[in-house]
Amino acid sequence: MGILLIVILVLMIGGALFSLEARDLLSAVIAYGIVGFGLVILFLLLQAPDLALVQIVVEAITLIIMIAVIMDSTREEVKTKSKRTAAYVIVSIVFAGLFLYFFNRVTGTLSAFGERAMRMSLAYINPGAEITGSANLVTGVIFDFRGYDTLGEATILFTAVIGVLTVLRLKGRK
Amino acid sequence: MTIIVQKVTQMMCGIIFLYGIYIIVHGHLTPGGGFAGGTIIAGSFILLVIAFGSEFLTLKKEETGSSLLESGAILVFLAIAAAGLLIGGVGIFFVNFLPKGTVGSLISAGIIPLFNIAIGIEVAAALLTIFLALLIYKEEST
Repeated sequence: MGILLIVILVLMIGGALFSLEARDLLSAVIAYGIVGFGLVILFLLLQAPDLALVQIVVEAITLIIMIAVIMDSTREEVKTKSKRTAAYVIVSIVFAGLFLYFFNRVTGTLSAFGERAMRMSLAYINPGAEITGSANLVTGVIFDFRGYDTLGEATILFTAVIGVLTVLRLKGRK
Repeated sequence: MTIIVQKVTQMMCGIIFLYGIYIIVHGHLTPGGGFAGGTIIAGSFILLVIAFGSEFLTLKKEETGSSLLESGAILVFLAIAAAGLLIGGVGIFFVNFLPKGTVGSLISAGIIPLFNIAIGIEVAAALLTIFLALLIYKEEST
């Protein structure tokens, strides 16, 4: 279990790095797909089938849309010469060091990867089915305990659609 | 697309659509729910559009319908949530005012399945509207 998680995580990091460096944009997008579908397997291994179900469909749809965009435009990456000065290198090394330092400090207080943090969640998990009447605890949480969150999410989706329709409309309605 | 893709799409599309409805309706029993089922339903429509090309549907009319459905679904969601203010007796927004039934049967959990259906329609219509808006933009700009 632990080794399998590490193998998939290393594969995902490799796919992300390759998609940054690839010359051919189509292979970059396909390498980016490794990250999404690896995340699906991670969700299944960490016992989150709800998230895996959403992630696999969303990943497939976004991959199709991105491949359609690349087929419509160009497969070659447009070269922009970037200067690699000493200042940039020093700044990135400083930030990487800072991130590593704080990450190292924070991980001591969290529970291990894949373990549930049981202090708070027991109050939701144990009486969850009786309070909400829902056999699937995730649905019980997002529609009963966290109903306002779900309302906010639906509103965000609604706003996104309005934004897309506003930006992409060339001819107005009569 | 070739005839192979079109035939396979014809056979699979309805099954994918039904699977999405199953995921939404059983959201309070099995993994899934409104968000997952809504994306699956939107995926079946997107598959249809990709396989048969953009002239298969009259895009403009379709987009108007899906954006109307989306706005209607979020209104229904808000109306069910606000009905708790009137019916529940305690007067709380989002209160579960219907009887809960036995845990594990299809008709149980009060208003949670209704929320699931409303969110499912909303997500499906929203994703489809975004996809159709991108297609219409491409058709209009060329």
